[in-house]
Amino acid sequence: MTEITTGKAGPQATYEAYLAAGRFMIQRADSTGEYVFWPRVLAPSGATDLRWVEAKGTGTVYAITVNRSRGGSWNVALVDLDEGVRLMSALPAVETASIGARVKARIETTEDGPRVVFDLIEEGAA
Amino acid sequence: MSDRTLRGKSAIVGMATAGVGEAPGFSAMELLGQAAVAAVAEAGLKMQDIDGVFAATSSHAFPTMSVVEYLGLKPKFFDGTNVGGSSFEMHLLQATLALDAGLCDAALVCYGSNQRTAGGRLVSMSEPQWHETPYRPRHPITAYALATSRHMAEYGTTRDHLADVALAARDWANLNPEAFARGPLTRDDILSARMISDPLTKADCCLVTDGAAACVLVRADRAKDLPGKPVYFLGAGAANHHRSIVAMPDLTTTAAAESGPRAMDMAGVRQADLDLVMVYDAFTINTILFLEDLGFCPKGEGGRFVADGRIAPGGDLAVNTNGGGLSCVHPGMYGLFLIAEAVAQIRGVAGARQIADCSLALCHGNGGTLSSQCTAILGSEAAL
Repeated sequence: MTEITTGKAGPQATYEAYLAAGRFMIQRADSTGEYVFWPRVLAPSGATDLRWVEAKGTGTVYAITVNRSRGGSWNVALVDLDEGVRLMSALPAVETASIGARVKARIETTEDGPRVVFDLIEEGAA
Repeated sequence: MSDRTLRGKSAIVGMATAGVGEAPGFSAMELLGQAAVAAVAEAGLKMQDIDGVFAATSSHAFPTMSVVEYLGLKPKFFDGTNVGGSSFEMHLLQATLALDAGLCDAALVCYGSNQRTAGGRLVSMSEPQWHETPYRPRHPITAYALATSRHMAEYGTTRDHLADVALAARDWANLNPEAFARGPLTRDDILSARMISDPLTKADCCLVTDGAAACVLVRADRAKDLPGKPVYFLGAGAANHHRSIVAMPDLTTTAAAESGPRAMDMAGVRQADLDLVMVYDAFTINTILFLEDLGFCPKGEGGRFVADGRIAPGGDLAVNTNGGGLSCVHPGMYGLFLIAEAVAQIRGVAGARQIADCSLALCHGNGGTLSSQCTAILGSEAAL
């Protein structure tokens, strides 16, 4: 597994470097236990002792829309990770999904670089 | 505890709009200039009397510098706070603070845009958010659609409820000769409109128009000596929690739930006292969210509240009587037009759409993606 040295770049660049290496990492404050996304230099509580941890990758659709244009349509979702943080993402394998649907992250490679997207977790699956 | 030290300390003594709708051949600054000239004249002042300038636009990096230069002013106080469409409700508060502190004597609040004739698209200097960019959101509509999806899922709000908002706006616009979108509009028209960002259609979106507005404020004691009927500043409040929609804690509750009570506390008024409610309707969901957050109905009930014509002409609550951003005017940043309508109604010069005995009005500005929320309360002399 690729090890990224943190502290030599800012949180955004570090996150993007992890992503390029195939890892979905988020921050967690040692002192308060709170998770942070998107990456920054302090947690909402003000804690600054942030450490990078692997995201579990499971979450729930909080809100979703489908952008429609002549050039095609694509969904945009807000996903709440099980760690309690929210991110903007997409569910590229489906047109749309229900709010509350359980989803699992994967890293997708696009022309513009890697990005975290989500797939629906089939009912009855773990 | 409420702080009422600013209540009634300033008054709008001149107010004008220019180029509302389409103004081909005019630049944004030319339209702003026309509105400023008319507002200053209505106040009975000379342009050179203006010594405080408050401005934000969608096309000027340094709006107060550009305005000062264009109008030939030499102000001793200026503020270019840009919190999107809510800037101008904030500017009323800043201007009142500056006037009350003696930092200036005549304040001009102004805005101008030619975004319709310049290209027909929303003009914005808003920078992309790096953590959103890979997903190609089309802001602002994507953000508002996400909020709508959540409100529907949590509270059972429907596209019919959104249509009620658009219908009420059009019914008011049909009473306003200055409104850009006039004429018949049916529920079917709205429900069958082209989907842009589920569940929002073209009919759920505000207009893209040209337009400028300006108002002049002085200290209340001086207002009595000027020719126009003063419209008094009674209170204002602001609240802001986020920039990106990703960081909005609860997509069904905006910071208007804080700015509204702050403004009403300062003004010493309650919801039931208000004759007119002007809320920033960039999208139909806005009206529903703000009526809830400002306390006109319980959280989640906004959709059912606006049904059956309750906010349309002849309804129980007069909301967005100019036709709103949905059907009257929306030149990129609409906040000053909320104030223009409140001034017209309080002065009793709103023509066919005039509501009876309008002495207290609330103007609620929204900026960004349900981000900055600024509420101002205006009133007649009787409301002081």
